[in-house]
Amino acid sequence: MMKIFKLYLLLFSATLFISCEAEFDDAIEDNEVFDAGEADFSNYVSVGNSLTAGFADNALYREGQMNSFPNILAQQFALVGGGEFNQPIVADNIGGLLANGNPLPGFDTRLVLSTQSGQPFPDNISGTPQTDIANVQQGPFNNMGVPGAKSFHLSLSGYGDISNVGTIANPFFVRFASSPSATVIEDAVAQNPSFFSLWIGNNDVLGFATSGGVGVDQTGNLNPATYGPNDITDPNVFAQVYTSYVSALNASASGGVLYNIPDVTSIPFFTTVPRNAVPLDGQTAAVLNQQFAAYNQQVLPGLVQFGVISPEEAAQRQINFQAGQNFVTLTDESLTDISQFLLAPPFNLDPQTAGLLAQLRQATNEDLIPLNASGNIGNALDPQGTLITGVTVPLGDESVLTVNEQMMINNARNAYNAVIQSAAQTNGLAFVDVDQLLQEAQVGIPFDGGTLTSTFVTGGAFSLDGVHLTPRGYALVANESIKAINQTYGSTLPTVSLGDFRTIATSDNTDL
Amino acid sequence: MKKSLFIFMLVSFTFIQAFAGGYRVSLQGNRALAMGHTGVAVVNSAESAFFNPAGLVYLENKINISAGAYGIFSSTKWQNTETGQFAEVEDNVSTPFYLYGSYKISERFAVGLSVTTPFGSSVEWEKDWAGSHLVNDIELEAFFIQPLISIKLSENFSIGGGPIYATGNVNFNRNINRTLTDENGVRSNVEIDDSGVDEWGWSASFLFTPTEKLRIGFNYRSEIILDAVGGDATFSNLPNSSLVPVSNGQTTFDASLPLPAELTVGLSYQFNDKLLFAFDFNRTMWEAYESLDIIFNDPDIPNSINPRNYENASTYRFGVQYEAMDQLTLRGGFYYDETPVQSNFFAPETPRNDSQGYTAGLSYDVNDKLSIDASFLYLRFSEVNASFDGYTENGVTVPFSGTYKSSTFIPGLGISYKL
Repeated sequence: MMKIFKLYLLLFSATLFISCEAEFDDAIEDNEVFDAGEADFSNYVSVGNSLTAGFADNALYREGQMNSFPNILAQQFALVGGGEFNQPIVADNIGGLLANGNPLPGFDTRLVLSTQSGQPFPDNISGTPQTDIANVQQGPFNNMGVPGAKSFHLSLSGYGDISNVGTIANPFFVRFASSPSATVIEDAVAQNPSFFSLWIGNNDVLGFATSGGVGVDQTGNLNPATYGPNDITDPNVFAQVYTSYVSALNASASGGVLYNIPDVTSIPFFTTVPRNAVPLDGQTAAVLNQQFAAYNQQVLPGLVQFGVISPEEAAQRQINFQAGQNFVTLTDESLTDISQFLLAPPFNLDPQTAGLLAQLRQATNEDLIPLNASGNIGNALDPQGTLITGVTVPLGDESVLTVNEQMMINNARNAYNAVIQSAAQTNGLAFVDVDQLLQEAQVGIPFDGGTLTSTFVTGGAFSLDGVHLTPRGYALVANESIKAINQTYGSTLPTVSLGDFRTIATSDNTDL
Repeated sequence: MKKSLFIFMLVSFTFIQAFAGGYRVSLQGNRALAMGHTGVAVVNSAESAFFNPAGLVYLENKINISAGAYGIFSSTKWQNTETGQFAEVEDNVSTPFYLYGSYKISERFAVGLSVTTPFGSSVEWEKDWAGSHLVNDIELEAFFIQPLISIKLSENFSIGGGPIYATGNVNFNRNINRTLTDENGVRSNVEIDDSGVDEWGWSASFLFTPTEKLRIGFNYRSEIILDAVGGDATFSNLPNSSLVPVSNGQTTFDASLPLPAELTVGLSYQFNDKLLFAFDFNRTMWEAYESLDIIFNDPDIPNSINPRNYENASTYRFGVQYEAMDQLTLRGGFYYDETPVQSNFFAPETPRNDSQGYTAGLSYDVNDKLSIDASFLYLRFSEVNASFDGYTENGVTVPFSGTYKSSTFIPGLGISYKL
């Protein structure tokens, strides 16, 4: 009898240990579902600028970094043998930078959608930044994204030297450079990546674009040391550094993925403020037209007669208002400066009026007005309210990206993109057409829970700075990367669910 | 008439591939569980107080007591091969128990008492897992206390039953939605908690013994709807934003949770002195669980409507008992448990699909009065692809889908005492 009793006890305990843990036939957890194909994801290193770093809402903050597209990719790589993915995580979720305990000008806290001023509006979250760039982080870091970096910066020695902050150094790189003289690309290559991503070149045109084109198109100038922060990088300079980065990263890698540069017209920073932002009633429009009557009917035809401007330019410079929405007035550098002629006979205008009319025209549907200019339009500059920005006082060069300026950007950008695509083809690397992707986002990309668009604030893809992406936007980039990687390397990585990633953040923790 | 019902039951018996459980915990006796949790037509111990109180009057002794408990060791995993996400339920052990007593006043009349935990659920997923907008963790528990009478109307027919006092506790925690966080990136969360929610119900049964060897039993337990009124709802980790309709802190809620009615019919057949066969069929009226509606008493807070759309479900149970020796009785059984959950309303708070239960156990008589009852149950769930389509964001249905796999092992121990 005891025998049977013991047998039962044995059965009891055996069942307890054998069957308690549920097991899938093919478990994701045990790497039984997905395949790496020909790629080796064990040591993934990402190289790039703010878009690689996870920068969003005009700041680098923890939550943004956790949702950087390389970090999202690394989570999926982990399903097929990907290793740990170390990022130079900042100190807080507020953003902003300190240098030796003092706030670093120009590196403010992140933007949140606040209702402190009544209507929902992007505003800096309150709080004191805790991230001090003098507190250098010990690497190596898989995510080598450096916000603000242009193509040639990645190989610039001294870019991570704190004594160069204010000149050639980048405070974000100062935080995690392996030594003050190290370059971004050296620190990346030294990790012998088994797989890499490279997304660089955006800032080579974006600085020019967001500044409203006040910089210089440096095409033809092969010495980037002479470039200003808002200049367009020469395409040959870009091609030279870009191809050298690709070969350096590819030397140790089983593969990689390259990203091209999107059109500035696909980001809400340039598409949110309408060109016809000036509402006028019929009476005001008539008064304004009266003021510009002499200019339209006598000055402009006169200047054509004198051969100062062409009839086409005269037509371009006509100023007309009507009841309803009106195109803003602006200063266009590409127009002939007519101020000297206006001061002289027969016009004999006063210097102030001559200055306002010097390179004046009204915007067209081809012009782009940067997001940061929106606050100025319609503001009166004098107590009488006769000098109105965008109406009687033209928007400055920095407040408009004119057709001509857009053309400079696109010429350079198309040249960069040709280099990027050819580097992908030559080296058999995966390629993500971000330009195409963001054009699709303008129309709308359906996902599990709605449609993702580029519309500012409500669209979901772009963060509150209008340039960088939200976590959901970065997840979209990660998914496109996965598709391209699967296609190139025969891997079967799963995409992520966009609905699991947030869009913009709302908070009233902002100063009034 | 009773015989034809029995035949109809056997003929219509088919293995429909569907699923089992809900939050009904069928662990109400170690002797019964060892036989596939059959017992509506078995007269064996005070366990009849739950399975068929009409049987109490047939117990040989004047006083009968049975008590016991179980340890539920359960493992559930989820994965989604579209996204590569996976999660598992944290290891947790819950311990349902039972306590029965009967007292035979006369040959025709007995009284009894039953204390059980027939409903409950304890599921704790990893915090902030992929389905945390549906549930982070849930703990649900109901106690039934029931005084009973058992009356022998004739030599081969008896009836039984009594009122049920039910009291329950619930604690449920989930994230507000898939993405909302506070300023520090911590997921926004709501937890509802209420205890001491009570309500009355009843059960009634009969036992028919047409021959010495054959018994046919019937038991019906009524539906009990537990209405939580003014329970605590705690919101946490919400951003400080007037654009979010809720803010951190406590409010109250009302909600209703049905404990569905259950009908059991079955038979037992005594082949010889040593061998007994039993069959039970349960029909649980899960249709009562249409939706879990959490109504917040603060009008500014949107109510939480969680469709469940449960369907009535059946369980088929078989058991045998073999008196191996004077002091030792061996038991074995099998059951097939259909889930009330539809495959497109498969919520991760009760991740239960159809299961097959394999049971075994024994009773060892320490002396004439006292026996030790042991049982174990291995619940086998097949891997199932399922989805919950009752969650919406901005009016768009966002299914939560994936593959589930569960495994449950339940050892139990109890005593029976007769005087």
